[in-house]
Amino acid sequence: MEKKPILSLKNVSKTFPVGKSLLGKPTKFVHAVNNVSFDVYEGETFSIVGESGCGKSTTGRLINHLMSPDSGEIWFQGKEISKISQDEMRPLRKDMQMIFQDPAGSLNPRMKVAELIEEPLLIHTDLDEAGRMKIVNELLGIVGLSAKHAQRYPHEFSGGQKQRVGIARALTVNPKLVIADEPISALDVSIQAQVLNLLNRLQQEYKLTYVFISHDLSVVEMISDRIAVMYLGFVVETAPKELLYKTPMHPYTEALLSAVPIPDPTLHKERIILEGDIPSTINLPKGCPFAARCKKCKPVCLEERPVTHEVEPGHFVACHLYD
Amino acid sequence: MPQEVLLEVKDLRTEFFSSKTSSVTAVANVSFNINKGEILGLVGESGCGKSVTSLSIMQLLKDTPGKITNGQIILDGVDLVTASAEDVRKIRGGKMSMIFQEPMSALNPSMRIDKQMIETICLHSDKTKEQALAHAAEMLKKVGIPDPPRVLKNYPHQLSGGMSQRVMIAMAMSNDPKLLIADEPTTALDVTIQAQILDLMKKIQKEEQSSILLITHDLGVVAEMCSRVIVMYAGKIVEEAPVEILFGNPSHPYTQGLIASVPKLGSGVKVLPSIPGSVPDLAAMPEGCRFAPRCKYATDKCRTENPELFEIGENHRCRCWLMQDK
Repeated sequence: MEKKPILSLKNVSKTFPVGKSLLGKPTKFVHAVNNVSFDVYEGETFSIVGESGCGKSTTGRLINHLMSPDSGEIWFQGKEISKISQDEMRPLRKDMQMIFQDPAGSLNPRMKVAELIEEPLLIHTDLDEAGRMKIVNELLGIVGLSAKHAQRYPHEFSGGQKQRVGIARALTVNPKLVIADEPISALDVSIQAQVLNLLNRLQQEYKLTYVFISHDLSVVEMISDRIAVMYLGFVVETAPKELLYKTPMHPYTEALLSAVPIPDPTLHKERIILEGDIPSTINLPKGCPFAARCKKCKPVCLEERPVTHEVEPGHFVACHLYD
Repeated sequence: MPQEVLLEVKDLRTEFFSSKTSSVTAVANVSFNINKGEILGLVGESGCGKSVTSLSIMQLLKDTPGKITNGQIILDGVDLVTASAEDVRKIRGGKMSMIFQEPMSALNPSMRIDKQMIETICLHSDKTKEQALAHAAEMLKKVGIPDPPRVLKNYPHQLSGGMSQRVMIAMAMSNDPKLLIADEPTTALDVTIQAQILDLMKKIQKEEQSSILLITHDLGVVAEMCSRVIVMYAGKIVEEAPVEILFGNPSHPYTQGLIASVPKLGSGVKVLPSIPGSVPDLAAMPEGCRFAPRCKYATDKCRTENPELFEIGENHRCRCWLMQDK
């Protein structure tokens, strides 16, 4: 079966100006996202992983048109959306919803849960009140809350429950694509498992496509079909889950995987400890973005940006070791 | 080999007062020892009392509504609960020091690193400023900071998160503490930086033969760092065991659920077992066992009677009625 991409990013870049000269012109730029390309297929979970500042959240915001890229194209359901206006974007948002990291910060504290979940229906549908309430109550059930919760305010809920409200809100308008930006990192371990299981179940029931943004490789392994690893605004490796975890190719992916602490005291693994910190994205290195911390760095790595190669089917790496 | 006890916490109870008469109990019946030269892990989810326990040990609740209402905390024969403020100040930062979760906000933003470090060193020794500065540079070198003289001249905002945490560790270790309390020391850091800091803490602990109380919610970190582990739930210790036993044979239903609900790298599972419900509110604690409302094994006894911490094996204690006769 030929898989159809629902979302494609082509050479997308985004910079943010910082600092101002005397005439008010920006003097420096943060290169948040650099030349990022990937496809997301219908019904899959595509994860973007990386450490803070690697551009994963900016990528999510670019997809959702919360900001526009400086260059490059973003195709969603066969339409180029990177340069369209907010008005043109609004009807498309019905098909593309977002779940945010901080469930408390993303729910209006002055609105009741019923109103919060109802809001997208007011914008995207012309249902009457009874029809809207029916959907609200259904959704509350689906995400594991009950109708009695509908008349409460967000502060009356625990973190996990708030995130359930956030998920219900994203699902009201039957989206095709859900962008989940660190949806469980603010939650406790035992609650994380509940929410992850819920996301998994909903995907199967509603044939959702997820773009899952996370820094936690163990969580990503559980939920993803394919994974992109980002470093300093570049995608350094993209691969199906099995390949990425079994045979990571980029030295950064290797180090990242080896740095995850494993909850098993009988296991003593050799760790790759990276030296130094993540460089600033203001002055991007001339060559490979990872060269400064890479143990396998060659002279060419300092001089030339590596090009992305398909090393084995579906496994893309941007590293000079595989030229 | 008999182990020497460094810190003894006996029946600690810490309450937070909203008025003179009403309070919530954040920590109750907490007793444990820290032996010399060991890394003891304290795990639990938010609100379980792990940070309040550490603040109680450090005597840092003075300016909060929190108060230790029962128990003793004995470090090297001195009871910190009854000790004078003057004595506690000498011990804190000297014999016992602490590193915090957010290195960025734990350092004074308006003071250069050298001044902050000299202050700590001079307070606890009779070194001159020059000697203290030299000692500070030496400590920074020990924690793997590449160019100590330059970093000493920096303000905290000029350092990255990983670097600030290294400075915090250097500062905490500068007076050769016997006990280091680390409250979620790597939670705010990225995984690759976390690996660096954990590695460093292990190395320093080995070199200095100090004891560490490592507070964390991350079971992976515990498995890698600690020799013994205490699990807390809703303000009480529910299980205490050597690390291999805790992960190999967890006895309390909460510990079992917690370990099962963590996704493990390479396990290939699609659905995680999860613990239903959420942590009870401190102001409305369930009667009987505090975990009973979420426990699949709960009986009527669990819902009405509070279980003790039963001794169920060598160095293995568990607060569960199921374990009473084991």
